Amino acid sequence: MKKLSKTLRSTLSTYALIIIAFIVVQVLMGADLISNSLQGQLVPICAYVCLAVSLNLVVGISGELSLGHAGFMSVGAFTGVIVAACLARAGVEAELVLFVVSAVAGALVAGIVGLLVGIPVMRLRGDYLAIVTLAFGEIIKNLLNNFYIGVDNAGLHFSMQNSSSLGMEQGTIIVNGPQGAVGIDKISTFVGGVVLVLITVAVVLNLMHSRSGRAIMAVRDNRIAAESVGINVTKYRLMAFAVASALAGAAGVLYAMNYSTIIPSQFDFNTSILILVYVVLGGMGNIRGSIIAAAFLTVLPELLRAINDYRMLIYAVVLILVMVVPNLKTYQRLVDMVRVRILKRDAAEQAPAAAEGGEGHE
Amino acid sequence: MEILTNLINGMSLGSVYAIIALGYTMVYGIAKMLNFAHGDVIMVGAYICFCAISYLGLPAIAGVILSVVGCTVLGIVVERLAYKPLRDAPSLNVLITAIGVSYFLQNAALLIMGSDPKSFSSIISLPALRLFDGQLVISATTVLTIVACVVIMAALTLFTTKTKMGKAMRACSEDRGAATLMGINVNSTISMVFAIGSGLAAIAGVLLCSAYPTLMPTTGSMPGIKAFTAAVLGGIGSIPGAALGGVLLGIIEIFARAYIGTQLADAVVFAVLIVMLLIKPAGLLGKNVSEKV
Amino acid sequence: MDIQNSAFSRRNFIKGASAAGVLGGMSAVLAGCSSDDNASAGSAGASAASGSAFMIGGIGPLTGDAAIYGKACQNAAQIAVDEINEEGGDVQFELNFQDDENDAERSVNAYNNLKDWGMQILVGTTTTAPCVAVSNETNSDNLFQLTPSASSTDVIGGQPDADGNISVARKENVFQMCFTDPNQGTASAQYISEQQLGTKIAIIYNNSDAYSTGIYNKFKDEADSLGLEVVAESSFTNDSATDFSVQLNDAKNAGADLVFLPIYYTPISLILTQANQMGYAPKWFGVDGMDGLLTVEGFDTQLAEGCMLLTPFVANATDEATQSFVSKYEEQFGETPNQFAADAYDCVYAIKQAIETAGLTPDMDASEICDGLVETFTSADFSYSGLTTAGEAATWADTGEVSKQPMGMVIQNGEYVAL
Repeated sequence: MKKLSKTLRSTLSTYALIIIAFIVVQVLMGADLISNSLQGQLVPICAYVCLAVSLNLVVGISGELSLGHAGFMSVGAFTGVIVAACLARAGVEAELVLFVVSAVAGALVAGIVGLLVGIPVMRLRGDYLAIVTLAFGEIIKNLLNNFYIGVDNAGLHFSMQNSSSLGMEQGTIIVNGPQGAVGIDKISTFVGGVVLVLITVAVVLNLMHSRSGRAIMAVRDNRIAAESVGINVTKYRLMAFAVASALAGAAGVLYAMNYSTIIPSQFDFNTSILILVYVVLGGMGNIRGSIIAAAFLTVLPELLRAINDYRMLIYAVVLILVMVVPNLKTYQRLVDMVRVRILKRDAAEQAPAAAEGGEGHE
Repeated sequence: MEILTNLINGMSLGSVYAIIALGYTMVYGIAKMLNFAHGDVIMVGAYICFCAISYLGLPAIAGVILSVVGCTVLGIVVERLAYKPLRDAPSLNVLITAIGVSYFLQNAALLIMGSDPKSFSSIISLPALRLFDGQLVISATTVLTIVACVVIMAALTLFTTKTKMGKAMRACSEDRGAATLMGINVNSTISMVFAIGSGLAAIAGVLLCSAYPTLMPTTGSMPGIKAFTAAVLGGIGSIPGAALGGVLLGIIEIFARAYIGTQLADAVVFAVLIVMLLIKPAGLLGKNVSEKV
Repeated sequence: MDIQNSAFSRRNFIKGASAAGVLGGMSAVLAGCSSDDNASAGSAGASAASGSAFMIGGIGPLTGDAAIYGKACQNAAQIAVDEINEEGGDVQFELNFQDDENDAERSVNAYNNLKDWGMQILVGTTTTAPCVAVSNETNSDNLFQLTPSASSTDVIGGQPDADGNISVARKENVFQMCFTDPNQGTASAQYISEQQLGTKIAIIYNNSDAYSTGIYNKFKDEADSLGLEVVAESSFTNDSATDFSVQLNDAKNAGADLVFLPIYYTPISLILTQANQMGYAPKWFGVDGMDGLLTVEGFDTQLAEGCMLLTPFVANATDEATQSFVSKYEEQFGETPNQFAADAYDCVYAIKQAIETAGLTPDMDASEICDGLVETFTSADFSYSGLTTAGEAATWADTGEVSKQPMGMVIQNGEYVAL
């Protein structure tokens, strides 16, 4: 244990967290101790974890406020649904193949869209960047509301008017404008979700700890300084943005394949905000925090079902309190008091350690 | 004639956006926070006015005053409880808090007022203007909305440039630290900004619901987002910018609906925003602040 | 342990403390909840075992934009269940109604929650998109589902469109209490054509709503084949459902003398007000979504004068059943019930009747009950008369659609009058 670097230790503990959570859930499921309600939420939790981790790459690590993450999720989701429907029609039956192919396709298309959106967006900064990502999210939603896609024996049909102008015969309507996609085969599984979470975390952590990642963080911390040492600022910001979009796309596929229907309007501004809340609550740049926050906040509204009418009200209050309380003077004083007490005990035991203590790692 | 009708409708819609955007821009300029709960304060203002008129039987003008007072108080309370402790926190935490406040207001309204939409009978009972043999009809609400927008913009500009409080606000917006050193009470200045912003939101709420008379707990959210867009379009932090951005956004929206298609109108509005920001990254009338190295 | 490990910083500590706090809180809540679940599941099991009551679940939006529809269903289903239990017959019900915020994900969550509670029959969901998702779940669990108001054909599945394209296979356990959207479109076009209500027709519909688009598509097809002249078609979305000046100008400039509004009453109240402001007064024709217009608080009912609509239910019908239901609803909830409420009320009674016919008992499991109910509902001699069946008996086909007659109504002096 002695030689492990801080980064590696933190990385390992993140993976361990996911795997332990997975094993615990599997054991509980085996023992039939998990309610249907929680069981039904396992896949969406995985999807939201992926989304939170990928958004953390943009918001926490690259330092750009993005308010349109749900847009990329929906691009991935709809791409995945179309690919899966086409494959199913072509006779592919293995669910694993269907899922993997559509997830890859969803990630690819969402990544490309992310890159295209990123090129103009990365010219801006701060709140202007935030509003433009919001705008792109709304545009994506609006366009998807006008897409009609169907498949029949002659191939894929596309229209922007209505489903009857597709000109199909005996076919399947995959995407029906604002009514979205219906009749999706439910092929997402918890195992698939956990694998996707592991992949997402691996991609983000590797990127963070690579040369590119250090460049991205350098740009976040001081753009001008980074530029002056020869870092191509736009390239690295764009890279983080496109990778995050691709991961969001894959998460979108996971999400879509868990329900038999998705509609464009459910991937709106509020969903983007929801994901952002996970990231902020979990801590900027803190991958483990994002995972815990996403899981916790997804389960929370369901746990509050008992108080039905007041559910969303309590949720709002929790959100405000979580943000406000750590900044209250009394709370800080309390924490300081506890800290001093522990520190004293600690110092008595390991006097030399305290002197050496540095900043914590993420 | 059709173009003229659309233009006037666009200006009417845009004026409502502009009044909301003015509130956004004031708060942003001084407190440097995106107050996503602003749209919901509009909804609260409209509900107060509705209740005052329908349940208490007060005259329209009393309803408006009550609603302005109510929202001002609400703005100050929310600022004190939710935003003030976060004055030194990262701006994203403040953003999330604002979203929490927004959810809170919406759900509180749902519990108190119920889910059924209320029809807001217009507070303006003047006859409509009929021009060109009735080919062009301009309702009194439209006229009043546009006038209110201009008056409010002028009053705010005067306030921030001429009065002591206004100057203090501008000082806070330029450099909070220096303003404190000069003896300006930053906390009370920010509270004041929230009071003004929320009061404006109440007026916007009443006008919005006079022009488009449905009132639901979620009434404020979409206009809120659009107004936020308008404020950025005009250059966030700039008062004339917010008014200009709002009116432009309204006109673009109506024209896009009339000539491109109702379903793609929102996409067009946001696309225009993106293009404008790429040409002028700080908005139409925003100041391009050079970065300190 | 490495000495460096215990290196201390305030930042680290706070993070750790808050993480522990969150985890602690979470486990506490989880524990609280799971024990709750067990308790309620236990009691459900107990009551099911003692055979006292059927566990009926309900799902609909109780918060958010569409809350009014979910609330109506919840209230009315509760009235029906209370009435049935009070009567003290052999069939007793227990109702648990959960919120879905009009969102597919939340709706499936609500469904799973109800399963934990021990639901045997589902009355829901209220809105279409969530219903498509939930009906898929009930289908794989083989749990009987009767939706009061989710009218899209995707809910029941197996309905080809005009070109024979199918998007969802038939879900045998799912039935509707309301008309399917296409039926309303066809019926409206036929009615307008038969009664010669208008020569130039404009349509304003909600493009982001499956209900509205479904009716519009079928209306358009039928109008074409009947030779009705549609001069203007315009749409709006949920995000832009405030300003209708463009759509109304379109209709006005095209010289439309009848405007067909296959939408809910909230945007209709806006359209009527705005049309009045611009001095445009065509005939208005709506579908069942228009019911509720007269009860919008603060709405000037003068504007609705002469509006026509096809609807299965009107709150001021004079039959005894409707009057008793309406007065109970008004007394308990302080508002006039709309057609969602009436449909939900009928759902509960239709299920009761089917249970009696099939001779089911509460100690059967959900799947047995489902098989029995499906058989009863689709059998030729099962029919049900209630609030929304216009005095005649409604029957169900294998397809899950209900067959009943809409009533043509016109608003005169702030009241519905039969056309």
